[in-house]
Amino acid sequence: MAQSIAATAGARPAPGYVEDVIRAFIVATVFWGVVGFLMGTTIAFQLAYPILNLDLEWTTFGRLRPVHTSAVIFAFGGNALLGTSLHVVQRTCRARLFGGAEAGWFLFWGYQTFIVLAALSYVMGYSQSKEYAEPEWFIDLFLTFVWVVYLVVFVGTIMKREEPHIYVANWFYLAFIVTIAMLHIGNNLTLPIAWGASKSYQLSSGVQDAMIQWWYGHNAVGFFLTAGFLGMMYYFIPKQAERPVYSYRLSIVHFWSLIFLYIWAGPHHLHYTALPDWAQTLGMIFSVMLWMPSWGGMINGIMTLSGAWDKLRTDPGLRFSVVAVAFYGMSTFEGPVMSVKAVNALSHYTDWTVGHVHSGAMGWVGFIVFGAMYYLVPVLWKRRGLYSLKLVEWHFWIATLGIVFYITAMWVSGVMQGLMWRAYDELGFLQYSFIETVAAMHPYYVIRALGGVLYLTGALIMVYNLWKTVTHSEPVRQPAPAWRPQAAE
Amino acid sequence: MPTKIEKDAVTGKETTGHEWDGIKELNTPLPKWWLYILYATIAWSAVWAVLYPSFPGLSGHWRGTTGWTQRSAIVQQMQAVEAERAPMLERIRAAALDEIRRDPDLLQYAMAGGRVAFADNCAACHGAGGEGRPGGFPNLADDSWIWGGTLEDIHVTIRHGIRNTQDPEARMSLMPAYGQILSRQEIDDVAEHVLSLTGRSTDAASAARGATIYTEQCVACHGERGEGVRAQGGPALNDAIWLYGGAKREIAAQIANPRMGVMPPWQGRLDEATIRMLTVYVHTLGGGE
Repeated sequence: MAQSIAATAGARPAPGYVEDVIRAFIVATVFWGVVGFLMGTTIAFQLAYPILNLDLEWTTFGRLRPVHTSAVIFAFGGNALLGTSLHVVQRTCRARLFGGAEAGWFLFWGYQTFIVLAALSYVMGYSQSKEYAEPEWFIDLFLTFVWVVYLVVFVGTIMKREEPHIYVANWFYLAFIVTIAMLHIGNNLTLPIAWGASKSYQLSSGVQDAMIQWWYGHNAVGFFLTAGFLGMMYYFIPKQAERPVYSYRLSIVHFWSLIFLYIWAGPHHLHYTALPDWAQTLGMIFSVMLWMPSWGGMINGIMTLSGAWDKLRTDPGLRFSVVAVAFYGMSTFEGPVMSVKAVNALSHYTDWTVGHVHSGAMGWVGFIVFGAMYYLVPVLWKRRGLYSLKLVEWHFWIATLGIVFYITAMWVSGVMQGLMWRAYDELGFLQYSFIETVAAMHPYYVIRALGGVLYLTGALIMVYNLWKTVTHSEPVRQPAPAWRPQAAE
Repeated sequence: MPTKIEKDAVTGKETTGHEWDGIKELNTPLPKWWLYILYATIAWSAVWAVLYPSFPGLSGHWRGTTGWTQRSAIVQQMQAVEAERAPMLERIRAAALDEIRRDPDLLQYAMAGGRVAFADNCAACHGAGGEGRPGGFPNLADDSWIWGGTLEDIHVTIRHGIRNTQDPEARMSLMPAYGQILSRQEIDDVAEHVLSLTGRSTDAASAARGATIYTEQCVACHGERGEGVRAQGGPALNDAIWLYGGAKREIAAQIANPRMGVMPPWQGRLDEATIRMLTVYVHTLGGGE
């Protein structure tokens, strides 16, 4: 089935959208995705076989792990969010990008520079040792500048819109941009140790610093990996399904409840620590209340397909998007469960957490991006359709199998690890030493790494398919859009 | 701007009348089950916040009607575990080492406790089964003892450690760096002699020259026939056990520039009952004397 390109071209002429930059963001998304998955697979094998650390400081797990997390979250996910948000905001506002292509190109190169600087600094051993916020202060400052330009471009485009209302996807994108700015600045208030020194220390210390870090870390999940990608979902699923969004009311209620509740849930990362009891309780109950607001997005995504369920058989790109929403629903149920202190006492510090994050990252974030890529590449390169739907099917099933390998291995390993840590023998001594739990986890680490290999393989199939789509697929034959300058007779 | 409400043919529901890039929205009401579960989680949270410490105030915070605190909960749990262990640990603390080994109840308890303490504190260097590691971490599961293998010897070694700077009673011995005392040829000869102690020498003349030097320099710590001298912590050289490798090149390197292991004192880090359980446990691993 060929993807519909022109959507419903209304009677009104569309403005000349900025598209070159979006294409560049898509190329970057795919490139960094492969890099991120490759790094993830590498460090998964390092955990199973420590000799793969190679005994070199630059290739140890400790340095490559932030390269993996930053590559998948900020490089793969970030480029996907920037690219799609700039595409979606133009189309749904019926307005050319504020600041034009120049602003767009600044964002593109600014963001890529940030990624490269961050990755190099990790490998060379510069880190402020905050999870998902490892870059040192000078890289943080640079990103802040790029991000403010992003906010201005996005809000500027909304302000000059021709549509009377702001589409729900843009609410989510805007919440993502604003909140990430706030989190990034809040968590990176540091003081360099000397003039011109790359090393810095946090303004706050102890449990306050830990709380700020997890206020940041949890809301990076909430606003980067959830709100941003919900924005993506709200545009691409209705486009792919060619159906109206299920419920406007639900989109309003779940948007505001999600935004309001998410920001308080961070303390659940610090259960049973020095964090005061009252803060832990609040973190837990806000996480539990977050369950339905999260599921509002799932309902709206899946129910949008009512009347178009048959497309799941014929459009494997749409299948990616819908299965992404299913994974989203699963991990946003698992999250509140894990935030309950009694469950957390078992799950915390185990691989269960790692599995939870990856069902969200590989299942939700990865799949919603793949779905968007399969839709956008033919649109932006003006192709009648994808090179091969068969290859999309292969990508879908290989990647799904990879996720299943990954998360089931981590569930078993994590629950086992938690139970082993707390097991007592009949005389009242701990049953297992730490090293025995590590040895017991080895088979699951191997299975997890194989899951990573499958996921990476699927992504490489996508790269080939998209490349062939751009270079070999039949171009769209249609009259030039009205906004293009007409060729002189 | 055209804003017209349409009826969706598939679901029979009305749209909101908005349209963005071809995307419309249905005016479906909130799903009832969704709303009720949302209310239920809010109610559950409210109850929880009343029962447990929750909202902060200007002076202190709401302590909850249950009076539960994380700190008191862990203290209670630890006290319960300690109370359960106390009677047996007290007996072990009071008993002579040999008595622990001969009383079946004490022995069973000490083996269980010693196994846990060993895995958490000792296995990193000596291996999970006490099998040692290459590079100077001695095997504890055989009957070759550098500092002695009786219960008392092992007890002293665990309490005070070896060649550390923290404990003045630590077991001490230093092998001189013969690279600064002997010539290369002489070191080679001594190494050849050491090989001959296990019948591996291939150069009788060299070994004979080495034997002379060995008698002058090495006997005091390693014994006449290389059987080792425990009072000095000098390892045996006449068996197949080599801390730093038994090839000639490795032996020569060890003579020229010896490496010597360090073990921390565990007295003060572990309580006496645990050290005694460890002593008995290590004693049974292989060749306790």
